[in-house]
Amino acid sequence: MTTKFSIGFLPLVDAALPILAHVHGFAADEGLRLELVKDVSWATVLDRLLYGHTDAAHMVAPLAIATTLGRGRPAQPLSAPFVLGLNGNAITLKSDLAQQVAPEGALGDPVAVGAALREIAMERKAAGHPLCFGVVHRYSSHNYMLRYWLAGCGIRPDEDVEITTVPPPFCADALEAGDVDGICVGEPWNSVAVERGAGTIVLATAQVWRRGVEKVLAMRESVMESRREEVEALIRALHRAARQFVDPEALLTNAAILARPEYLNADVNLILRALGDRLLLHKGGELIHFPDFMFQYREAANFPWVSQAQWLYSQMLRWDRTPYDPQDEVKVARVFRPDVYRSALTGTDAPLPGASSKVEGSLHQPMVVGTQQGLITLEKNAFFDGRIFDPHDLAGYLAQDSYAK
Amino acid sequence: MRIAIIDESAVRASVMQEGLAQLGDCEIFVITERRGLVRRISEIDADIVLMDLGNPSRDVLEEYFAVSRVLARPIAMFVDDSDEESIGASIDAGVSAYVVDGFAPHRIRSILDLAIRRFHAFSRLQTELSVAQSKLAERESVDKAKRILMQTRGLGEPEAYAELRKTAMNQGKRIAEIADAVVTAHKLIGGAA
Repeated sequence: MTTKFSIGFLPLVDAALPILAHVHGFAADEGLRLELVKDVSWATVLDRLLYGHTDAAHMVAPLAIATTLGRGRPAQPLSAPFVLGLNGNAITLKSDLAQQVAPEGALGDPVAVGAALREIAMERKAAGHPLCFGVVHRYSSHNYMLRYWLAGCGIRPDEDVEITTVPPPFCADALEAGDVDGICVGEPWNSVAVERGAGTIVLATAQVWRRGVEKVLAMRESVMESRREEVEALIRALHRAARQFVDPEALLTNAAILARPEYLNADVNLILRALGDRLLLHKGGELIHFPDFMFQYREAANFPWVSQAQWLYSQMLRWDRTPYDPQDEVKVARVFRPDVYRSALTGTDAPLPGASSKVEGSLHQPMVVGTQQGLITLEKNAFFDGRIFDPHDLAGYLAQDSYAK
Repeated sequence: MRIAIIDESAVRASVMQEGLAQLGDCEIFVITERRGLVRRISEIDADIVLMDLGNPSRDVLEEYFAVSRVLARPIAMFVDDSDEESIGASIDAGVSAYVVDGFAPHRIRSILDLAIRRFHAFSRLQTELSVAQSKLAERESVDKAKRILMQTRGLGEPEAYAELRKTAMNQGKRIAEIADAVVTAHKLIGGAA
C-alpha cells in the first residue's frame, strides 16, 4: 500500500534529493509514491504549497521563514524538518569586472575581491551608474549571502549597489545584456553563464559562510502534523538519497537522472560538475576542484539546526529594515524541526545531534560533537569575516550591524 | 479601472483581453515582453495585475510589489486572504492576481472569475488545437504511405489503403503508426518521400 505525496520543485541541482529518492525507489521502499511538480518561480512553488496543490516543496530556506511571518503572503506557519543541502551557489560577475577584482583561473579571497570591488562600486556610484546584482529571490539565501559579503566589505546594499530579482534561467541573459553586473545563483546557472561567455565565477557562497543553509523541505505545519508518519517516511527516503548523492560511484547516474527533461532539462556535463564540486570559472579555462561546493550529507548536513533559521531571521530583519520582535523569533525557531528529523531517523545509523542549536561560525577548526549514537566531527563552519552568531543573543548580534553602514 | 495582463503567450493574453473587454469600464494593458517588465508595470499603474503561474518573472514582479509597498498605492498579494475559494480556483486555472489594497472586493471577484474562465477556455482551445494538429499530421502520413504503395506495388488508392488497414489490424496497431513505418522504411531505402 503506497501513499501519494507530492513535492514542488524548481529545476536546480539542489532539488536532487527528492528526485533521487523517487527515481532510485527509496521513497517507494518507505511506502510513498512521490509526485514531483516542476515550476519556474518560487512564487508558484509557494502558492501550490499554500493552497494544497502540493504536500511539500523544495524551497529556499528564508522563504519558509518569511511565509511563516506573513511577509509577502498572508502568514501561514510552515515547517522544515529536513535540510536539502548547504551552499552550492556562486557569485558570477561580468567578465570584464571579474578581471579587475579577482585572480585569473582561481576563486578569489572574499576579503580581497570585496576590497577591489568596493573601489569600482564607489566609482560607479559616483558616476551615477551603480553596480547592479541579480539574486533569485528577495527571500533567498543567495540574497542574504551576497548582502552579508558586500556589507562585510564596506559596500552597502541598496545604497552603494543595487540588488534586484532575476529568475535563474534569465541570469545569463541579464549578464549578457548588461542588465546586471553580477549574479548570485545556484547551479547549473553560473555554469550556463560561463559557457555562454557571459560571465566569470569569482566566489562560491561556501566561501562566505562555510556551512550556509540553502534549500529545505518545506510543508504546511498542519500537513506535517496530520501526515506525520508519511513525513517521517519521506525524511528517511531523503536521507538515503543524500547518502547516495555523495557516493562517487553514483555520480554519473545521478547527473543523468537530474538532466532528464522532466527534471532539470539541462546539460548533463554542467550538472556533473556541480555534483562533483568542480567549477569552470571562465570560458576556455580549466576545471577547478572546490571541495564541499555543495554540501549534502556529511556532518549531519540535513539536520535542521534551529540556529540556522535564527541566523536567516537576523538577515531578514537587517535587509527588510524591520525591528527585532521576540514573538517572531519564537515563530521562526519553530519553522526548523530537529525533533521531527530525530524522530524519523531514530534507529538508523544517521547521526542525530543531541543539541538543536549551535553557535554558528564558531568553528575555525574541526570540532567533535555528541550525537545520540556517539561522536561526529564538525569541520570549519566560519563566516568569511570571522563573526560569530550566538542564537541566544540575536538582538546583540543585530546591534553589531549599524543598518546605515 | 486599469488591468494589466502579463503573459509571454501573446495568444493567451489576447484571449484574456477579449474576455475582460466585456466588462466595459476597463482599460486593459497587455505585456508580453520579459525585459523592462517592472518599468512597464510601474508606468501602467494598474489596479489589478493578472499573470500566468508558469511565468518565471512572477518573483520579479513580487519583489517590485514588496518594494513599492511603501508607495502610495500598496499592492496586496492575490485577492484577499479571506477569499480562499477564489485563490484556489485561480491557482487551478493557472493565473495569479495582484490587487491594489482597498479595491472593491465584489469587483475583484467578478474580474477574477472572468479571468479564470478565459484561462480555462484557452487551455481547452490548446488541447483542441493539438488534437487537430496531430490528426492532420496523421492524415498526411497516411497519404504519403498510400502514394508509396501505389508507386512501388502498382496498387490503386483503395487497395493501398486496404493494405495499410489490414496490416494495422494484424499487428494490433493504428493505421497512422503503420503509415509512419512505411514512410520511414521508404526513406531509409532511398525513396523520395
